[in-house]
Amino acid sequence: MPLDSENKTIVPTEFKTVGTRPVRPDGMDKVTGRARFGADMSAPGMLVGAILRSPHAHARIRKIDTSKAEALAGVKAVITSKDLKAQPGCDMDILVNVMARGKALYDGHAVAAVAAVDMSVARKALKLIEIDYKVLPHVTDVDEAMKPDAPVLHKHIEHDYHQDMLETADHVKGKNEKTLPPGKRPSNIAGRYQFGHGDPKKGFREADVIVEHEFKTEATHQGYIEPHACLANVSSDGWAELWVCTQGHFMVRDTCASLLGLDVSRLRVTASEIGGGFGGKTTVFIEPVALALSRKAGRPVKVVMSRDEVFRATGPTSSASMKVRIGAKRDGTFTAAEAILKYQGGAFPGSPVEMGAMTAFACYDLKDVKIVGYDVVTNRPKQAAYRAPGAPMSAFAVEGCVGELAEKLGMDAIDIRLKNAAKEGTVSSYGPTFGPVGLVETLEAAKKHKNYKVKLGKNQGRGVASGFWFNFAGQTCTTINLNIDGTLGLAVGTPDIGGSRASMCLMAAEELGIPYDQVRTIIADTSSLGYNDVTDGSRVTFASGLATIYATRDLKAKLCARAATIWGIPEEAVDWENGAARPAGANAGNFDPLTLADLAEQAAATGGPVAGHYEVNADGAGPSFATHVVDVEVDPETGATEVLRYLVVQDAGKAVHPSYVEGQFQGGAVQGIGWVLNEEYIYGEDGRLQNPGFLDYRIPVCSDVPMIDTVIVEVPNPGHPYGVRGVGETSIVPPLAAVANAVSAAMGVRATTLPMSPPKILAALNNKMRQAAD
Amino acid sequence: MSSVHVSTMINGDEVDFVCRPDESLLDVLRDRLGMTGSKEGCGTGDCGACSVTLDGRLVCSCLVLGAEAGGHEIETIEGMADGEDLHPLQQKFLDHAALQCGICTPGFLIAAKNLLENNPNPTETEVRYWLAGNLCRCTGYDKIVRAVMDAAKDMRKGHRNAA
Ligand code: FES
Ligand code: FES
Repeated sequence: MPLDSENKTIVPTEFKTVGTRPVRPDGMDKVTGRARFGADMSAPGMLVGAILRSPHAHARIRKIDTSKAEALAGVKAVITSKDLKAQPGCDMDILVNVMARGKALYDGHAVAAVAAVDMSVARKALKLIEIDYKVLPHVTDVDEAMKPDAPVLHKHIEHDYHQDMLETADHVKGKNEKTLPPGKRPSNIAGRYQFGHGDPKKGFREADVIVEHEFKTEATHQGYIEPHACLANVSSDGWAELWVCTQGHFMVRDTCASLLGLDVSRLRVTASEIGGGFGGKTTVFIEPVALALSRKAGRPVKVVMSRDEVFRATGPTSSASMKVRIGAKRDGTFTAAEAILKYQGGAFPGSPVEMGAMTAFACYDLKDVKIVGYDVVTNRPKQAAYRAPGAPMSAFAVEGCVGELAEKLGMDAIDIRLKNAAKEGTVSSYGPTFGPVGLVETLEAAKKHKNYKVKLGKNQGRGVASGFWFNFAGQTCTTINLNIDGTLGLAVGTPDIGGSRASMCLMAAEELGIPYDQVRTIIADTSSLGYNDVTDGSRVTFASGLATIYATRDLKAKLCARAATIWGIPEEAVDWENGAARPAGANAGNFDPLTLADLAEQAAATGGPVAGHYEVNADGAGPSFATHVVDVEVDPETGATEVLRYLVVQDAGKAVHPSYVEGQFQGGAVQGIGWVLNEEYIYGEDGRLQNPGFLDYRIPVCSDVPMIDTVIVEVPNPGHPYGVRGVGETSIVPPLAAVANAVSAAMGVRATTLPMSPPKILAALNNKMRQAAD
Repeated sequence: MSSVHVSTMINGDEVDFVCRPDESLLDVLRDRLGMTGSKEGCGTGDCGACSVTLDGRLVCSCLVLGAEAGGHEIETIEGMADGEDLHPLQQKFLDHAALQCGICTPGFLIAAKNLLENNPNPTETEVRYWLAGNLCRCTGYDKIVRAVMDAAKDMRKGHRNAA
């Protein structure tokens, strides 16, 4: 490799195929432009759908008149919330988010939709829809939204401000504090969560040093390059098909069926190739609309979001306002920790504050710890999961305090983390006791890495941060079929976002002892396989991988039985070894091994097709820890930050395809760099989003970042036959804090508000100079 | 709005199409000609997913009108491989795992090919600045830059098929 950067794996393995780096099976289609993504499909007679969106952050919809739009030549259907009736048992928040009813709750909230013969007719039709809005007061800031006198979004959400007055009273301070009557009242506070153990008050009394700060982060968007797209086709006898870019087509099927009152069995959903998701494609937006339009028009309807719609009406993550306090002894041992987290979920409850609270202190072994989280609604788009939802923000605050403790105690940033690191047997701050985990290993590997030894120059700073993510398991169903020529068809139900088909092929090939390219993995549609949970929570390589391994073992057992039939010996006297069935044991007899091709050839004569299955609600996803080290240089003239070098060290359990594991690490780090330094949702006084495009919401480009060095640590997860843990999400947990710590070190001022864009850095530097002068 | 008739060369073939005067070249390629290899990530010239070349110049096809393409030569991702023979850049993207979801890949390949035609021996910094108009949200760019540098090295040695 000609470049000054290294990527290496620590623990050597005894696998033959797993751990190698073959070309992915879908690679050829993707480099030649043949792969079909969401917007790449069309159907005979297809119409295009377009959605009208609210220009107001908060407004009562007094009347919608669609008659002029309906009369326009080329318009085949117009729908409003009247065409999406509430069905018994459907999720009302999702239904209302898909199409506003009564009130528009944020700038970009869908209020009506049309299907027309082409986009120019559809656009004209949208302009002809007349809506009578009564604009209401709005709130887009989480702290403002928590105040008792804030404009309230939903009357049915209530909160008792007295209940948490003692510990978290910031949001009721002010003129209303004393006059608030006790009891519940309509509020934007939709939920309160608490985790922890021990007695933090006592712990803080034992501390020699205490660090406390308030932190704020802005909402950022997942920023996948492919806008949401789908093609719906509902026939008049009620059968429906949907082609869609999604992280979970079974979820899309079930949700759409319940919103539209369709039989689940009548809706067949096929997942297209997906152009990124990062959690943002784990719910529905346009899919129910496309189905409703198609049902009304009697023709296939394709809906593709514009980039502006993606920013205004799909999930960014939450913004957060946080207060964190950590106490430590002089030797660096943490004595107590506390956090108050307030996350906004946009227009509906469901911010990831619970997970933010659970992950906040998960890296540390703490006796006395308490975390309180508030879920708050605001006039913003409903937040959607974004890679380790909730964790990067709380890690930013916690790791910022840890960084400052190290400074105050004169300790090395890695040593202080090693001193307090969670390990096997640690009772986590959110409850469970950790099994074997790799935080210490990541810290040690980071400390040894050459990046940690580079001498820094003027205006430069180094930041360290660790991070944690649970990783999910969940419902998974997989089938592997032996083809007539001895190759294998593996059907999984989890969309492949970052190369999981390659991992599945590797695991099946490993089990069978055959070459990787003898297995072809496809993503089956919802009518071809049992239910599968969404591709999220870093669960696919773990759960679909586990199901693939067990389905392949099921297949192997059946293949051995076929061989036993052919040889006329008992099944127990046959073993599968190195890609073939072989007689095993002293009395099995002397037969030539039967390969997959041999067994396939004789399948019809020995009982018909051979297939392995496995269905499971998987458990045992191993949590994953990471440590990041970053060096930056801050330009005191412009306030711009340059990332000089970046190191990701993370525990993968077992890296099935190391190149894609590194890719996840690198992608997460760069998304995190964007989040810290530049990305943010900017709202005007009018509550409208001011930067809904890639020009003004600028994600990192190639020239903004250096090579991202990676080290894969492998502490096997006992919950998986090959030791796999998920890797996709942990990599975005530490970067916010790591970069902010580096920027703080370079500036000599603690960064507590994200993004650390040049104006903010300049202001902080000027402030520091002023204070020094005083 | 009446349609216009346009004659072009696309990937070496003569191609005629009709389109509305306000239709972008990207829409023509994707919706009228069925060439969906070029992707729309933004429609405003900010992401590079729709990159094609027009008479050898790298352009965002979402910013070019279909009608403007008349009399010009267009190259798209569909024309990058020579039959089953991948372009060295395509092969290196596969070898280096320089794609995750792959939606940005066609745009990156077109832009990188254009870079190497203009500058066969780019530095890492030159690669990074040339590709700064192409957004990738998945890879962190590391493996993309490596793939482009590696392809450039092989192409300088004169192996068209570097695999
Ligand atoms: S679609 Fe043309 S630059 Fe983004
Ligand atoms: S690989 Fe997904 S955007 Fe580049």
